[in-house]
Amino acid sequence: MAQRPIWPARVGWGLLAPTLCILIITGLLPFLYVLYISFFDWNVFAAQGVPLFVGENNYRRLVFDDDFLGALWRTVQFTFWTVTIELVLGFILAQSLVKNFVGRGIFRTIHTLPLMVAPIVVGAIWRLLTIPGFGPIPHYLQQWFGVDYNIGRIATHAFWTTVLMDIWHWTPFVTLTFLGAFSSLPREPFEQAQVDGASTLQIHFYLTIPMTMPIILTTLFIRIMDALRTVDEVWMLTGGGPGSATRYIGIHIWRVVFPKTDYGYGAAMSLLVLYFTIVLCWLLFIVMTGKFKQIQ
Amino acid sequence: MRVRRFLRNLLRYTLLAGITLFTILPLYWLFLVSVRSRVELFGAPSFIQTSVYIENYTKPFFSEAYQRYLLNSIVIATSNTILVVLLAIASAYALSRCRLAGEENIFFWTITNRMAPPAAFLLPIFILYTRVFTLGDAKMFDTHFGLILLYCVFNLPFAIWLLKGIIDSIPTEIDEAAMVDGAGLWMTLLQIIVPLAAPGIAITAILSWIFAWNEYLFAATLTSVHARTITTGLAEFVTVTGTNWGEMAAVAVVALLPALLFVALVQRYIITGLTFGAVRE
Repeated sequence: MAQRPIWPARVGWGLLAPTLCILIITGLLPFLYVLYISFFDWNVFAAQGVPLFVGENNYRRLVFDDDFLGALWRTVQFTFWTVTIELVLGFILAQSLVKNFVGRGIFRTIHTLPLMVAPIVVGAIWRLLTIPGFGPIPHYLQQWFGVDYNIGRIATHAFWTTVLMDIWHWTPFVTLTFLGAFSSLPREPFEQAQVDGASTLQIHFYLTIPMTMPIILTTLFIRIMDALRTVDEVWMLTGGGPGSATRYIGIHIWRVVFPKTDYGYGAAMSLLVLYFTIVLCWLLFIVMTGKFKQIQ
Repeated sequence: MRVRRFLRNLLRYTLLAGITLFTILPLYWLFLVSVRSRVELFGAPSFIQTSVYIENYTKPFFSEAYQRYLLNSIVIATSNTILVVLLAIASAYALSRCRLAGEENIFFWTITNRMAPPAAFLLPIFILYTRVFTLGDAKMFDTHFGLILLYCVFNLPFAIWLLKGIIDSIPTEIDEAAMVDGAGLWMTLLQIIVPLAAPGIAITAILSWIFAWNEYLFAATLTSVHARTITTGLAEFVTVTGTNWGEMAAVAVVALLPALLFVALVQRYIITGLTFGAVRE
């Protein structure tokens, strides 16, 4: 709802100024700085120890860096599986929550809980669930299915455990956004469709999904970006291992930058990841501001 | 028809019960581990506990280090929240009541800040804090102020757009009436808008407090001794020589408490906050 302006623009800029200052110092300045050092070879522990201008060399190195590309590809896989499963599960859950029933409020409160839990605590919880020797997951998998589950040794186990952990943490977000969207839908088209004898599946495909498309897309983009950012919980659960099985891009950057102090190269890497994110952000922005329909 | 409805309900309740168990069990397990001694932990997992091994809690939290971590977390989260709420009220009011050129760009830019991978900002911020923002021997590195300022990057965007939605729903006639009565900008803002938006401001404050409390990556990288937070303290438990799982669980429970306490209060607004006001319930 747009309001009539009641203060002149200069008052508005005055009120915004402190916010903009802080965001420039903590958001824009680091961005420009990382752009600047990405053109230098700067390794604190190297012989010269001072930044050395190398032009686009860091970026050229990136394209042929198997570790970096591997981390990127793993992150994409992780994002694909978590987001797909969360969207489908969230859709089903939101559908079963639209109508009022006994216990709906309690269920919603419980379901909201994981959203507020610190990612590092989520990692700690799943670590406690998966420790060989006392965690329930390895114990019951062994007892019921004879699976020798060990995320410290077996790469696929570690990967799918991080996916499951993310589903635990973020499905509620999808459920609640979809629930918000479904609750605001008008009734008549759905009643009409039922009178006309449409099946539930048809109603979902031709009515529910198209009518809530902007919110579905907003949720999708926010989830994709958050999944790409994942660091804390995976770091706590597996430390990126075994080997490099769960070393997603955030963890990879951290490992290049800090233990190895390869600043210039880490900067180029950070910037490339930032670039992907900004492109995604732009898509999200188009969807959110309703320009999506105009482009279609 | 009746049978179908019965089956549908059965299916729905089974699904919801399953999901509830899936959500609750990991949290319950964390709590169980936190009240068990080392001996009780190993062996077949049991989900019933009658005794409480309180040493898991007392040992870390009677130590000077963890008391400091806890205090740091409280100080940093609270100061950041105050800063964020003050700035967000002013910004949201400006965006709601003025027509500014490039408003959309400001929106885009702030959500980019919120969505940017923290790992990409770690390096420049680390160098800025250790080498550039220095005054003699004083650095931004390992200070409370450094983290308080930094957490604005992800707390301000959501706070501004959450509050803007709330201020937008206050009719402009109220502002105009106040102006007719001779109230200036600050008078209108503080005595008219803030009280009317108070519930929304409270929600914003709680959410940004929890987000600041929960942050780990920057806190771990930008502090060493002095300004370490509780989340960093939790991560420190995992050591090569063998972790005391019971104590780790106890620290995790304490780190989790604020979220548990506030979730019922803010649950209707969490989604609005996380989607920058794009989705309302």
